[in-house]
Amino acid sequence: MEKSEALSGGEAEAFAALGDWTRMLLVVRLATAGQNGELCSIEDLSKFVRQQGVRLTRQAVTKHLQRLERGRLVRGARHGRERLYELDPVGIGEMRAYLEMVSAHWERALGRLKEFVEGSE
Amino acid sequence: MENKVEKQIEIAAPVAKVWDALTDAEKFGTWFRVKLEGPFVAGEVARGRVTWPGYEHLKWVATVKEIVPEKLFSFTWHPYAVDPGMDYSKEEPTLVEFRLEATAMGTLVTVTESGFDKVPEARRAEAFRMNARGWEQQMKNIEEYVLGEK
Repeated sequence: MEKSEALSGGEAEAFAALGDWTRMLLVVRLATAGQNGELCSIEDLSKFVRQQGVRLTRQAVTKHLQRLERGRLVRGARHGRERLYELDPVGIGEMRAYLEMVSAHWERALGRLKEFVEGSE
Repeated sequence: MENKVEKQIEIAAPVAKVWDALTDAEKFGTWFRVKLEGPFVAGEVARGRVTWPGYEHLKWVATVKEIVPEKLFSFTWHPYAVDPGMDYSKEEPTLVEFRLEATAMGTLVTVTESGFDKVPEARRAEAFRMNARGWEQQMKNIEEYVLGEK
């Protein structure tokens, strides 16, 4: 499994599975910040997304964050006047476990196919 | 980073033979552990029963997408539809693709499954619980059994 700079392999696949480039950027940013023990504001996340060439309003970023929160991939909490975000280990763990299971399933299925083909006459 | 799971294996047999094992419904069923009612036909639904010990009560349903001889075999399905009381047909399916390629040794098989962003969170949680309950260990036993046969 290939590894990207900030993320381990399993997680990278899970993030990719989100299927949306902006949400993946948000998760990548939160993962990097999390490694430094930081939380991210919507401001900060909007700026990061802009730097990656995606032009979005604050509301659009908030919407993507809400969707990620519903999936328990991200969690937000009020800190004073603003809402700060971080990765939610619950959803991230579930997603990783799911994809690892799928991956292991195919590895075994292919193993049986090989056995079947090579074993017959 | 891609939206899919991908696995490869090289098999010491000609492409034609691997293709046959992959797309002949009866042969497919032998290694995939499913008893199918009929042959695979592009654009049609393939139905059968799981033959995995302990899971024989489960139906197996897939919609065949493409059959490009000796190159590509693909279908959509609902992975891990393990609750017989639940209707999975309203969920978005994932896409499974098998690609074959001739190599010096024989045949390279690449399987990809994509579309997991559409698998509902509840199902992921279910898979997580199954995993925690020793799914891994059970699968390891089977793997050892298969490898031991060699």
